[in-house]
Amino acid sequence: MVIQTKGLRKTFISKGRGGRKEVEAVRGIDLSVRKGEIFGFLGPNGAGKSTTQKMLSTLLCPTGGEAKVLGYDLAKQQEQIRQNVGCVSQAGGADLASTGIENLVLQAQLYGLDALTAKKYASEFIDRFQMNTFIERPAQSYSGGQKRRLDIALGMIHHPKLLLLDEPTTGLDPQSRAYLWGEIKKLKDVGVTVFLTTQYMDEADKLCDTIAIIDNGKIVVTGTPSELKSSVGGDAITFSFQTEEIALKAETLLTKKITTGKVQTKNSSVYLTIKDGEAMMPDLLRALDAKNLEAQGVTLSRPSLDDVFLKYTGRSLREDQIK
Amino acid sequence: MTLLRDTKLMFVRNMQHTLRSPIFVFVSMFQPLMYLLLFMPLLNGLGGVPGLPSGKTVDVFIPGLLVLQALFGTAFVGFSLIDDIRSGVIERFLVTPVKRPAILLGRVLRDAVVLLLQCALITLVAIPFGLNVNIFGFLLSLMLYALIGISMASISYGFALIYKIEDALAPTLNTITLPVSLLSGIILPLALAPLWLQDLAKVNPFSYAVNATRALFAGNFQNIGIAEGFLAIGALAILVFFWGVNSLKKMAS
Repeated sequence: MVIQTKGLRKTFISKGRGGRKEVEAVRGIDLSVRKGEIFGFLGPNGAGKSTTQKMLSTLLCPTGGEAKVLGYDLAKQQEQIRQNVGCVSQAGGADLASTGIENLVLQAQLYGLDALTAKKYASEFIDRFQMNTFIERPAQSYSGGQKRRLDIALGMIHHPKLLLLDEPTTGLDPQSRAYLWGEIKKLKDVGVTVFLTTQYMDEADKLCDTIAIIDNGKIVVTGTPSELKSSVGGDAITFSFQTEEIALKAETLLTKKITTGKVQTKNSSVYLTIKDGEAMMPDLLRALDAKNLEAQGVTLSRPSLDDVFLKYTGRSLREDQIK
Repeated sequence: MTLLRDTKLMFVRNMQHTLRSPIFVFVSMFQPLMYLLLFMPLLNGLGGVPGLPSGKTVDVFIPGLLVLQALFGTAFVGFSLIDDIRSGVIERFLVTPVKRPAILLGRVLRDAVVLLLQCALITLVAIPFGLNVNIFGFLLSLMLYALIGISMASISYGFALIYKIEDALAPTLNTITLPVSLLSGIILPLALAPLWLQDLAKVNPFSYAVNATRALFAGNFQNIGIAEGFLAIGALAILVFFWGVNSLKKMAS
């Protein structure tokens, strides 16, 4: 195991009006990340993703629990962890006033490499990430995608065995995202383990071998994307109604109508999770019509990770993002 | 030694930033130059009062002015650190094996180098105004200014690491620099002050620095004030530097 944690916890003390308040950001996390896999940590903002990542990179001291990173004890062997892990934070961390190449060379030197090797490693990444055209300019002039490439090159410059990426594609345009996904996937071929946090389901779905869904500081479920999706147990049908009142009536009706599956109402929409939803749909619509419960919209979707999230947390990840 | 190597890397990185816009090295000399041009002439009329021998006001005023530059020229360096915190640069450094003290040491040494250049230039400008200075005393004074600069820069960085926002940093630094400079007899000699004010100045390490550098400029090397000045500022520099390093380590907790 490249990362192994047991009951990892982080509690922040916030001092404000009304005295000291304890905020439990991470409430006991058990993780097992295998060598060479891309492990996705999926959850909404504030779920504890970044806090966990910061603990694993030695940036934050855990309040409780234990963790081994690359076989090193997180509490005692921070030096070794720092030397062998690469880390890219959400902010990125490129020095904007310096040029890309200055950033890269210094970063390599901070890992103990001599100036000559540092330059060699820097030019290797400049070629690999196609940064030749802009690397001599100060980083403040870079586009979002260019800066992100530099950020990630900074995290990898010393060829770490484990790379921690905190929301690597947040705020990027579609081309840059696709490009980075390709680069991250390539890391697998050279045996680098990647632990990434994301709030995007498509990212977790397309990129990750294993996904852990985190909500409110706790892991709610772990598995491969296909395991998780089949655990939802069917297709998702959403009926939207004019008012919540109608929706609740519809819920009662639909619950009677189906033998297996799950019905849930949120605001003025009813969410159904059933096997073979496509075949069931005409029947269900007729039943609603018969009771004058007119649906304003109906959607049918194959299980997605959002449905997985909904199943295990009772909330939709998309709604969380809108808030 | 890794600490030495890491400090050099950090120093070079910060120096690169300074050299990218060297104009600001000169812009922050504006304040002392204004004192030199627009305030010192006032003192000439006061010559003869306690602490201000007549005809030699410039010899007393310039060493104090350089202490003022050491205080104010470095007091606000914390703002650049807030930039680095916000853009994630400091976190990026902290996840590497770089020695923690090196991150701050590289900065305060850069600040000290910039300050010494400024002090040398101000001294040069003051010579046509009749400044008499003992060369050896001047060189020793530069060490003292460097220590003052390192102290103020460390305080500035320490608070920057605690607050992480500009809004809180500026008033805090003003609150420190103003009484500290008033209580060191820079503008007017403390010999003019009532006793209670003189007593208050005795707890201000920078007042010892002003006494020390005045003795050094005059070449009075037997003056006990020189040792007192180095001792007070040296102790302060060490104390606040490690307080700053501690704030840096606390950022990751």
